[in-house]
Amino acid sequence: MELYWIFLILAVAVMVFGLGVVLINRRRAQRTVVSARPAPRPAAPPPKAADPGDAIGDTLVAEPEPVVEPVLEPASLRDRLAKARLAFTGAFTGVLGRSAITDDTWDDLEEALLRADVGLGVTEALLGDLKERVKAKEITEPSALLDALQHDMVARLQGSDRTVRFDDTLEPGCPNVWMFVGVNGVGKTTTIGKLARQQVDSGRSVLLAAGDTFRAAAAEQLGTWAERSGVDFVRGADGGDPSSVIFDGVERAAAKQIDLVLADTAGRLHTKTNLMEELKKVRRVAEKGAGTVTETLLVIDATTGQNGLAQAREFREATDVTGVVLTKLDGSARGGIVFAIETELGIPIKLVGIGEQIGDLVPFDPAEFVSALFDTY
Amino acid sequence: MFDNLSNRLDGIVKRLRGKGRLTEADVDEVMKEIRSALLEADVNVTVVRSVCNRIREHAIGATRSQALDPGQQVVKAVSDELTRILGGETLAIKYAPKPPTVILMAGLQGSGKTTATGKLAHWFKSQGRQPLLVGADLQRPAAVEQLRTLGRQVDVPVFSDPQDPVLTAFEGVEEAKRLGRDVVIVDTAGRLSIDAEMMEQVRLISGAVSPDYTFLVIDAMTGQDAVQTAEAFHHTLQIDGVILSKLDGDARGGAALSVKEVIGRPIAFASTGEKLDAFEQFHPDRMAGRILGMGDMLTLIEQAEKAFEADQAEKAAARLMEGEFTLDDFLEQMQALKKMGPLSGILGMMPGMPKELKNAKIGDDDLKPIEAIIHSMTAEERARPQIISGSRRARIARGSGREPGEVSRLVKQFGEMQKMMKKMGMSAGKKGKRGGLPGLGGMRGMPDMSELEQMMGGQGGVPGLPR
Repeated sequence: MELYWIFLILAVAVMVFGLGVVLINRRRAQRTVVSARPAPRPAAPPPKAADPGDAIGDTLVAEPEPVVEPVLEPASLRDRLAKARLAFTGAFTGVLGRSAITDDTWDDLEEALLRADVGLGVTEALLGDLKERVKAKEITEPSALLDALQHDMVARLQGSDRTVRFDDTLEPGCPNVWMFVGVNGVGKTTTIGKLARQQVDSGRSVLLAAGDTFRAAAAEQLGTWAERSGVDFVRGADGGDPSSVIFDGVERAAAKQIDLVLADTAGRLHTKTNLMEELKKVRRVAEKGAGTVTETLLVIDATTGQNGLAQAREFREATDVTGVVLTKLDGSARGGIVFAIETELGIPIKLVGIGEQIGDLVPFDPAEFVSALFDTY
Repeated sequence: MFDNLSNRLDGIVKRLRGKGRLTEADVDEVMKEIRSALLEADVNVTVVRSVCNRIREHAIGATRSQALDPGQQVVKAVSDELTRILGGETLAIKYAPKPPTVILMAGLQGSGKTTATGKLAHWFKSQGRQPLLVGADLQRPAAVEQLRTLGRQVDVPVFSDPQDPVLTAFEGVEEAKRLGRDVVIVDTAGRLSIDAEMMEQVRLISGAVSPDYTFLVIDAMTGQDAVQTAEAFHHTLQIDGVILSKLDGDARGGAALSVKEVIGRPIAFASTGEKLDAFEQFHPDRMAGRILGMGDMLTLIEQAEKAFEADQAEKAAARLMEGEFTLDDFLEQMQALKKMGPLSGILGMMPGMPKELKNAKIGDDDLKPIEAIIHSMTAEERARPQIISGSRRARIARGSGREPGEVSRLVKQFGEMQKMMKKMGMSAGKKGKRGGLPGLGGMRGMPDMSELEQMMGGQGGVPGLPR
């Protein structure tokens, strides 16, 4: 961004706000003088773009008016939702219930995919293909259509390398580093905790590096996991430099000939430029010492909607993401967005979190995932 | 949030402009756009369907009338519908007649409950209340520790008893009575809506403390599942309002809109940044304006009021009008602006900002060169930048670690701005208290501020959008 532009924008913003505050104060002062009588509240809803001065004058909290019970206008909507869901149990029972493939069939399928957060683009691509084949009479039966859809989806997920890469040709004293990145609250720390235990059980020595120096008590949370699995643990000061914590972790692991460093990072929204820059630095510094970053795993929460694609794009840009961990798949969310992430961005899904137990972090299986996309609770 | 939708609507209006009448085919095409914009914003499929049907009816009606520009008709239909869904007024907290007012926080894991709990405590404090935080999340390692840290940051006491979550919650309320705290906020463990055991636990907690308000924390990035989750929690707990977290990302937050539509409970608060004060009451009417790209001036002005010292701003404004605005004043105002929150967020809320500027990634770090340059000037140079000669320029550049070219550009820009402001000051004087900002629009590369002017000085309402 050129300095010139920033200055211009700033100049405007500074003026506008400085002046704005002044003007509004004046207007308000005038108003209180002029209109001593309380303005009667109109019964009708106030116009959308009300006078700014007015709205600021109201301290909305202290307003003595009773809370207006929100009108549940479309009372039947909930019923409709419930019905929609019932109908969906199967999306497939609906499709199978018809003797032929009709417009409703396509609507049902589209809805099923959208509801699983697969996204409009991918959904249209999948169904567009199938429509061609139905048109060409390749597919004529509803059941065959369902099979074809699932088969197509699994096929699109074939051929990716899903192994979580551990380079055992590295010299002793040169640890593998797996870095974990993602937005806030997706389950990075928990994923590391589970993985640490699994790696220990499979005979590797592990060190956890608490690179989340931002969130209150994040290091304590990781420390608890380290204790549970009896692995080494490195942390820094709260608010300290995450790069140096991870660097220290790698150094300590190198000195003690530990095989694997699991590096936690603070959750960050992918839109925060400065935080993403910080992450780039963490990624660079992690390889400054004896360690090699063999995996950078993006953790995505199954409840994530279409925003997941933007997340994956930005994190890949910043840290060269090598795989996705899909967490919280044990809830009612189906995590369809990772389908788009893998097929559109080519980032393979490697691990799936399906519960609270240590063993509930498992390798991703395309066929299981696709069939679960259509399951309902 | 919803940028995409407003962009698309812009496109629609442009395409329909000049058409005398809308045909049904036009409407169908428009509806397709709206539908996909809503779906991409994660609005629930079922809600999208009902919303689209209603908009379609309106729009079809519009094809028969000739009153308005057809493009505007469609935008009006969308606007009306969104306003209806987001609906109603800001949730006004009614404090319990016999304190403490008890608030229960619930939600999925990772939705941001604990952080929201801390922020809410901060908000209550700013309302002159004395909250107590209760940590009843004994599930996640170090969750109570996190709450304690937040409590220290906002200077609010935290109560927790590591034995049992239900007991902790109950004792917490008793503790508040003992200490004379008038608001209690109970943080609970994150849980899946399908986890019967954990849902039963939160029901018991609710029973033990009989909350005045139960808030469901929902991540703005949530997809289609939001509705199911909200329904399940509402079924168990009777939700009073939603707290929308992580709204500072680029998620469009359509999930929240669906939740409002399905459980009929308003979005009460929204969390818009990492800092503890980045938390505000949710104003549905303003959000509708924001969705439609009208900007969110009211929120901005409120933030500005918090950040700018009124008398300081007044003095600066007076000097500005007389053309005596110095770089020192500028620096001061710029620092106040920074207090309002991340610059990109502020720009996003400003109406009339061209898209390139809105999407430009300007971090607060980008301001540092400017600050560095100004800081490297002597007091005299700041007051009268025109005295900056070649050697002064070279010294400033060295001192700030920037190029001499950048220094002279900054000085030149500042000069232009001063002139512009002086002109403005004079015409504003003529126009009296209307106090608009004429002249700005003509400045090279400057965003069109006419809408802003209208909102700040006029009686509200943005030209081009039907009311």
